[in-house]
Amino acid sequence: MMEKLFIVLIVVLAVVAVAQIIRLSKVSSVLSKKREEDFSPIANKVNSNLMIYFVVFMFAFLIWHMVAFDNVLLPVAASEHGVKVDNLLNFNWWIIFTVFFVVNFLLFFFARRYRYDPNRKAYYLAHNNTLELIWTIIPSIVLVVIIIWGLLTWIDITDEPGEDALVIELYAKQFDWTARYSGTDNTLGDVNFTLITAENPLGVITADGIEVKLKELDEEIEKAEMSIRNEVLPESRVKELEDRIGMRRRQKSKVLNYRDSGRDFQTAYDDVLVKGEMHIPVGKEVNFQIRARDVIHSAFMPHFRAQMNAVPGMNTQFTFTPTITTDSMRVIVEDANFNFILLCNKVCGSAHFNMQMDIIVDSEADYAKWIAEQKTFVQAEPVRAELKEKVEVEGTIAVN
Amino acid sequence: MAAIAEAHVHAADHAHHHEKESFVTKYVFSQDHKMISKQFLITAIFMAIVAMMLSVFFRLQLAWPGESFSILNYFLGDRWAPDGVLDRNMYLSLVTIHGTIMVFFVLTGGLSGTFSNLLIPLQIGARDMASGFLNMLSYWLFFISSIIMLSSLFVETGAAGGGWTIYPPLSALPQAMPSSGLGMTLWLVSMAIFIASSLLGSLNYIVTILNLRTKGMKMTRLPLTIWAFFITAVLGVLSFPVLFAAVLLLIMDRSMGTSFYLSDIYIGGEALDPVGGSPILYQHLFWFLGHPEVYIVLLPALGISSEIISTNSRKPIFGYRAMIGSILAIGFLSFIVWGHHMFMSGMNPFLGSVFVFTTLLIAIPSAVKAFNYITTLWKGNIIFTPGMLFSIGLVSTFVSGGLTGIILADSALDITLHDTYFVVAHFHIVMGLSAIFGMFAGIYHWFPKMFGRMMNSRMGYVHFWLTIVGGYGVFFPMHFVGMAGAPRRYYQYTDYPMFDGIADLNVVITYFAILAAAAQVIFLANFFYSIFRGQRAVQNPWKSNTLEWTTPVEHLHGNWPGALPEVHRWPYDYSKPGKELDYVPQTVPLDHDEEEH
Repeated sequence: MMEKLFIVLIVVLAVVAVAQIIRLSKVSSVLSKKREEDFSPIANKVNSNLMIYFVVFMFAFLIWHMVAFDNVLLPVAASEHGVKVDNLLNFNWWIIFTVFFVVNFLLFFFARRYRYDPNRKAYYLAHNNTLELIWTIIPSIVLVVIIIWGLLTWIDITDEPGEDALVIELYAKQFDWTARYSGTDNTLGDVNFTLITAENPLGVITADGIEVKLKELDEEIEKAEMSIRNEVLPESRVKELEDRIGMRRRQKSKVLNYRDSGRDFQTAYDDVLVKGEMHIPVGKEVNFQIRARDVIHSAFMPHFRAQMNAVPGMNTQFTFTPTITTDSMRVIVEDANFNFILLCNKVCGSAHFNMQMDIIVDSEADYAKWIAEQKTFVQAEPVRAELKEKVEVEGTIAVN
Repeated sequence: MAAIAEAHVHAADHAHHHEKESFVTKYVFSQDHKMISKQFLITAIFMAIVAMMLSVFFRLQLAWPGESFSILNYFLGDRWAPDGVLDRNMYLSLVTIHGTIMVFFVLTGGLSGTFSNLLIPLQIGARDMASGFLNMLSYWLFFISSIIMLSSLFVETGAAGGGWTIYPPLSALPQAMPSSGLGMTLWLVSMAIFIASSLLGSLNYIVTILNLRTKGMKMTRLPLTIWAFFITAVLGVLSFPVLFAAVLLLIMDRSMGTSFYLSDIYIGGEALDPVGGSPILYQHLFWFLGHPEVYIVLLPALGISSEIISTNSRKPIFGYRAMIGSILAIGFLSFIVWGHHMFMSGMNPFLGSVFVFTTLLIAIPSAVKAFNYITTLWKGNIIFTPGMLFSIGLVSTFVSGGLTGIILADSALDITLHDTYFVVAHFHIVMGLSAIFGMFAGIYHWFPKMFGRMMNSRMGYVHFWLTIVGGYGVFFPMHFVGMAGAPRRYYQYTDYPMFDGIADLNVVITYFAILAAAAQVIFLANFFYSIFRGQRAVQNPWKSNTLEWTTPVEHLHGNWPGALPEVHRWPYDYSKPGKELDYVPQTVPLDHDEEEH
């Protein structure tokens, strides 16, 4: 409580103090018969000199930051296109710094240089078309270069991935990432959000997944119907339950559509789901298919100069080729604990600030070894293990 | 209602004679543009204080994550700052409400509301706005929406917390975060009312400028302030309705079960019904307003600084027509660049490249403006009033912040920098600092016109120098935080070894933020003290040419006691050769052999 009073007291005192200073300066100006709007040579001199001090301070402050905090900036790009991005960025920086220093210097210098002098009259210069043309055309030329270089880089980055690019899904939900590897067939299994269960967090469609979900939906519908029938409930609650039943029925018909489609959904069986840490091979093009379950997230991999939003209801993608392994990068940045990282970069809720996954860039051999050790989607669950055997025995699975 | 009706009668007889008004019609439901302008200003200052304090709160958390501050507990209470440590949900609410208030309530409602209202009738030679009643309505809607926005801070589940852009589905689903409940509803309601206020104001500004110019006030003799307010109003009228649509659809998604923005969502342990909507649709609608909004905020500030720099350089603004041309160009281009906020949204990359092109084009008229300001200073005879200092500061921040926009406009570079602190630094300098500098410049310059008294200039000098040092001190280091890859809207960075390096920078930023905030105490004391005790103003303290300085110091309903002034020349005849004084007011007829300019 004392502290609170103390804070209030300080604020009040500060306001009073400033008001007193104003009063003092007002009294002193009344004594010297000086009015606010009168030109004050001293104030003008002080302010004009401060213009120069300030521009020096501003440049020094910036340059000091560039020197002192150079090491906090992102290290060298660890992807093929990232190097191009950095080159383009450096080119932009050269232009920007040149303009920044020149224009700011001129601004503050002119302010100082042409401060008021009662013996001088300002130069009446209303317009000059040549000058206007110069500073329309020169920026235009510079911009043409920036635009063309920028668009070429952008087109290169967003180009369709090659046929043999490794396909990996990045799946975002509050507040973690799951990576789904497409397995030996390099094709991701189909997914639908209505099939999400605790065991099937990505809603991968498999024949048994459909059965599990149908059972779950039926149970829920039945339970709600029982409640309505057997319990004494307020009308609003009944309405709520009826709405829920309707919703589950619609979902059920969607799931039934999958079951009746006659497809075998086999591409999903060899998919591999990992959390916490994902591996990718160096030198191989990786095509990330990005999805979200609940709200918008953003897959941000700053070391690879890669970013793309994860949007519920649609697929997005980003493709890059990592060029530096985690081990090499640890040498480059002189940090034995360094890890590439995947961050969430679109505010997604209370734990947005800690939604991360480590990325390990392996040599081809290490990657092959790692991926072989991972359980496939079917192996990971006991229920599906039976299915797997069935698949292996019959070579195919009968649907329906 | 009686008060309104009575005030209406007053407006109708266009008060040549100054009748005694009741307290209510004079100070509360006033239809006089000068009073409404003051109402906007005071409300905006109050909102700005709140928003600034919110920013100091979350800066404390960013510099010293997880540490206890009794000041946080004092203001936010045990619910949002238990033991003085900021709650992570409240952190997001603070960031969101800070942004919302600053962008909409201070720099849109406050800036346009204050200076368009004050200056449009006075500088074009009109007795009042075209519709005094709509003008009054505009203020009171603004007031109501301000109250609703502030009240959302006191909601049990917290104020809206999805960032000031409130992207759905996060903002659409109360399951996604607690603050997407009642807090978000209040945000949306407040914004809908705000938009209505803004539209009423803008329509009034446009109609007044087009129809009520006094004799001789051709469009090519308008001060640049009026041109800026005019284009700003046009931008507002064309873009705010789109935000209204976006807000309305979001309200429907939230409470009527529609699915404009929602599809395939599994949250809170269940799959939701909505299918077929697109969160991207919201982003297109939002940024269709959102980008013009940047110029709605910036153009009035640029107009104000043009006027003040010319007056205090005692020199005509260089390239008057080029300045108008670049305002028009910026205004037009601002409607076809919104996609540069969405390069990473999953939008088609080809569409992205179109927006790269249009966005970078804006650099051209912006460069023209910057160089014209500097040429205006060149060989001038500069008097450093506080208004002049802030105007020069504005040119500096406009250049420094605008330049980094070249990087962000480039989709290939935006990949690394999108949604990092680099973006935060960029728009705070180019839009935040510039616009607030413009607002301060305007307040210092037109204070004598508003309140009939002068502000203390020495306090103004101290205020300026501390503010610009604080401002750059906050936002220069922030670029480095962004280039280290640090995402915005993170509660803390301690969970990432890669961000250890930015901890020191965050401390530096917070110190400068506290300095900048403290400097505003000087302004506030000066402002409120001067309203009541400031030195009495003379009619034309800055020896300016424009019409507002031909009105008497004491406010009249109807502005001029006699006939309206007649205009004979453009407003920038400063230091014209062959004239005895270094200024020639617009009301002075041209000599028979004199060229206009």
